[in-house]
Amino acid sequence: MMNMNRLIVSRTFRIGERLLGCHARHAGQEELRLQQRRSIKTHCRHLAYAKDLFLGQVNKAEVFPYPEIGNDEVEEIKQLVAPVEKFFSDDVDSAKIDREATIPLETLQGLKDLGLFGIMIPEEYGGLGLSHTIYARLNEIIALDGSIAVTLAAHQAIGLKGILIAGNEAQKKKYLPKLASGEHIAAFCLTEPGSGSDAASIQTRATLSEDGKHYLINGSKIWISNGGMADIMTVFARTEVEVDGVKKDKISAFIVERAFGGIASGKPEDKLGIRGSNTCELSFDNVPVPVENVIGEIGGGFKIAMNILNSGRFSMGSSCAGMIKKLIELTSEYAATRKQFNKSLSEFGMIQEKFAMMALNAFVMESMAYLTAGMMDRPGVPDCSLEAAMVKVFSSEGGWICVSEALQVLGGLGYTKNYPFERFVRDCRILPIFEGTNEILRMYITLTGMQYAGKILTGKIKEMKKGNIGLAIGMVSKKLRTSLGASVDLGLTGKDGVVHPSLEDSAKKLEQNVSLFGSTVESLLYRYGKTIVDEQLVLKRVADVLIHMYAMTAVLSRASRSISIGLRNHDHEVLLANTFCNDAFFKNNYWMVQLQKHSPENNDANIKKIAKQVLENRAYICSHPLERTY
Amino acid sequence: MSGRVLVGVKRVIDYAVKIRVKPDNTGVVTDGVKHSMNPFCEIAVEEAVKLKEKKLIKEVVAVSCGPQQSQETIRTALAMGADRGIHVDVSGKDYENLGPLQVSKILAALAKQEDAQLILLGKQAIDDDCNQTGQMTAALLDWPQGTFASEVSLEGDKINLVREIDGGLEHIKINTPAVITADLRLNTPRYATLPNIMKAKKKKIVTVKPADLGVDVTSRLEVLKVEEPPQRQAGRV
Repeated sequence: MMNMNRLIVSRTFRIGERLLGCHARHAGQEELRLQQRRSIKTHCRHLAYAKDLFLGQVNKAEVFPYPEIGNDEVEEIKQLVAPVEKFFSDDVDSAKIDREATIPLETLQGLKDLGLFGIMIPEEYGGLGLSHTIYARLNEIIALDGSIAVTLAAHQAIGLKGILIAGNEAQKKKYLPKLASGEHIAAFCLTEPGSGSDAASIQTRATLSEDGKHYLINGSKIWISNGGMADIMTVFARTEVEVDGVKKDKISAFIVERAFGGIASGKPEDKLGIRGSNTCELSFDNVPVPVENVIGEIGGGFKIAMNILNSGRFSMGSSCAGMIKKLIELTSEYAATRKQFNKSLSEFGMIQEKFAMMALNAFVMESMAYLTAGMMDRPGVPDCSLEAAMVKVFSSEGGWICVSEALQVLGGLGYTKNYPFERFVRDCRILPIFEGTNEILRMYITLTGMQYAGKILTGKIKEMKKGNIGLAIGMVSKKLRTSLGASVDLGLTGKDGVVHPSLEDSAKKLEQNVSLFGSTVESLLYRYGKTIVDEQLVLKRVADVLIHMYAMTAVLSRASRSISIGLRNHDHEVLLANTFCNDAFFKNNYWMVQLQKHSPENNDANIKKIAKQVLENRAYICSHPLERTY
Repeated sequence: MSGRVLVGVKRVIDYAVKIRVKPDNTGVVTDGVKHSMNPFCEIAVEEAVKLKEKKLIKEVVAVSCGPQQSQETIRTALAMGADRGIHVDVSGKDYENLGPLQVSKILAALAKQEDAQLILLGKQAIDDDCNQTGQMTAALLDWPQGTFASEVSLEGDKINLVREIDGGLEHIKINTPAVITADLRLNTPRYATLPNIMKAKKKKIVTVKPADLGVDVTSRLEVLKVEEPPQRQAGRV
């Protein structure tokens, strides 16, 4: 017993450290180390819902009850939503935008007049000063046209976000008013031909001029949304900084005006979807940027970039939900009227399944998005980057499947340009790619959590080493209990339960998943140690389990509230919640079984072998089935 | 002249919604159904705000009769440019039985109280299609009326009006104070932009009861039955 503990001590202690280091190198997120350090010193209460799941704990105070907004805000939302809905149904011709690959100037002006270019900019700078929750709500409508949604998001969710969250007063006063009115459009310039997911490897350079008053930026960026029409750009470039007397290369963030000169935009990319959104290359040739335009500190650009991206992701949940809800309306009209074999399509099981799937997906996405937005709207500076990333992954993949199935219901008609389904399919394909590919986000989700768990576990073991017998006994007996199959109670149900009784079963399933997840994480850390960073197939499953657990939490919290306050159709919500949790419970268990040592359900070793052989030969290597050997 | 215009706005079921009759045939389903401002009332508000922008009038007061939710409709008018709102609180059975006669009595009382120079209304509401309120209000006040207006221009203390009637277009000139009802082609209502909605939050809405205005809202009409129109039969070619 003590020998094993010593092993855990030495292994996990180093795991914690190395995870920090390896994670930094491999995912290119050196700033996470800084973030982690800061959180130790100034622990913000709101950090830990998802992260605690890695320890098999449910931090129920963070997610129950479901976030509520005041009556005034509810009224306000109704008021705000009405004109936007009207605009999108009457004055936005999505088919034309897609066909001509451009948003007409009148439409763009209409969006500016409505105030949609400055939704989250504070009122003092000319914006609407609205919360994350209301932003998410408006995005449900804006998402009905993919090109417009991306144009607006590139402008305010990332393009000007840097100034908003890290800019100084002078920069805000100078730039935000015109950005809020839409007179100036913003763009976010990070990605380069050689640096996509590996954002820390960008090569664009900013060198300080002789007189120390300007930086000269040289380099090129690609896939820049709004690149062709942006007046204000947030550009990330390498700068030379001195750290403890040693010259280092660190990334810095700059506010660059097209008016500074030296910026050239390439021709708009001819894309599969979101064709109305302008995407192009930008090249910077000795662009002079005054030193006052550095955002935050020199060398602190990477952290700012990550914060910007993290803060924009959550709205994808509500965007996708809004789109799916619209699709359900369009598709069910067809399914109810189209008849084959003397029955309407809606009477067939396989068609019904598609509608159930769309409803479930919309429900989960809404629940997750508004839970996350509600957490982000809490006072203080809550770090919801993990939760936002999970919302993004689930919504982008769920959206893609739903849109495809909706098209399937319409069969041949859905495949033609006469109906909007093929455009929705094309527009949705970008979702798993941009704003952080889902592969990278899964790594981020898992490794951040593992890092946190590793640190806590290390801490616990240190305590045990110090002779904290109570803790040791506690850990041992917990292991014994779970291995003897004792039931799990994490406080979601029962006397002090936060979940409504009609959701009790699902809550118990979540608790079981969480508990098993905690021990799975522990044993993975023990088994792989520092090399877990390279085990992407393992990490992928961990991420998937986590995402589904967060989704289960969100639906349980939302449905509990709906029943408690008696919202219309809350029975349907209970049905959706229980169905989803049941499905997710078994999926999670299967994934966790695959994560056990020597699991026969796990094909990873063979998969890697196949991949290796295919990639070495850069082709499919089997002999043709019709070949012979004489 | 006070330069004050009263605009009546009615909260109705949104034009895009599919109406369903209640199972007990006493009315249509309104619970949980999307409501918005009557489209003709929007045109009336737009005209009033335009007149203010041209500096021909000084103040636009939006009025709505109905339950608490009618305040949303008034807020939309405020967001379009009205200066303040008056909510005449009528709810429950009284609201279900509220019709043009009672509303016109209320508007007449308010016009006197607010010293209004002009009353702008939509020509009819899309839920009951009565097309009576404007005419009744003018009669109660003994004011001239310009109904089905497709063009309005103020000339001193007179109004030039073009009316859309069955036979074509009628040009008339009426004195003020007057009641005008807006027809479809009078103007294209502006969107209530989000910044204006935010600004409108600061504008005031005063709530009054019909009794405060000395109006009795009991109805002289009783709805016996509401049913769907007969299903369309297949035609013959």
